[in-house]
Amino acid sequence: MSGNHTSLAISEDVRRVETLLEQRGLLDAGEIDRRIDEFLAGGSPANGARIVAHAWVDDGFRDRLLADANAAIRELGLSMAGGLQEQRLKVVANTEDVHNVVVCTLCSCYPIALLGPSPTWYKSEAYRSRVVRDPRGVLREFGVELPAEMRISIWDASAESRYMVLPRRPSGTDGLSEEKLAELVTRKGLIGTAAV
Amino acid sequence: MTETYSAGDRVRTTTADPAYHTRLPRYARGAVGEVLERAGSHPLADDRARGRPSEARGVYHVRFAARDLFGGGDHDVTVELWADYLEPLEGDDE
Repeated sequence: MSGNHTSLAISEDVRRVETLLEQRGLLDAGEIDRRIDEFLAGGSPANGARIVAHAWVDDGFRDRLLADANAAIRELGLSMAGGLQEQRLKVVANTEDVHNVVVCTLCSCYPIALLGPSPTWYKSEAYRSRVVRDPRGVLREFGVELPAEMRISIWDASAESRYMVLPRRPSGTDGLSEEKLAELVTRKGLIGTAAV
Repeated sequence: MTETYSAGDRVRTTTADPAYHTRLPRYARGAVGEVLERAGSHPLADDRARGRPSEARGVYHVRFAARDLFGGGDHDVTVELWADYLEPLEGDDE
């Protein structure tokens, strides 16, 4: 697999190509930064939290979300179409029997258009190589201790789909509004490295 | 044309180790898994990375038991794989 994406040499090469494209009039100055800003503007973990909270209070929405997430999130005014093409979103639900964890072992695929940039550790070689082999050990390092009988399902974003975890609703939250429920959901919860 | 698969089909991934970009992770080569669902159709990344034309073909979520990939572990790993990486598993060929 490729290494961490932090090489200074790569950054210099990218900058050189960008400059050449600008000199030849194929790109406007700053166009790439602008496009990236536009791509990221719509994405935020708060979108994921809204989706999760709505699924917790509306069983019909939960079913539609798990069957066809791209269609379901449009009900909330959200979409996976922020990039060059709409990407398929697959939402996987934690249950009392199964805990899901998302990784991209080959690079760093993540639903950026919906959730914004991924955490730095998500792109690290350590997380990408270890979580497929020893998820229980990796989750323990994140402070997540799962019962021995809880099955762990890993989802490797190796092609065109992007994944989001639907965490379980915490107990003792019966009286909370949908907005308050959304505040309980973390970015790690949407990846599976936190319970919620 | 590549094969098409349905949920529940057992498949074996190829053992090819090409010198070019591929999206069949090394840990999942030559392994037996079960098709969960078809995840649409897309041109093959291996072709696109080399600037070759590529027709859209089936992409599948295939689930493997960790012990079949790593020789241990009680979890499972679902990998998204182009049909090109898969071959049907014949009868009781384990």
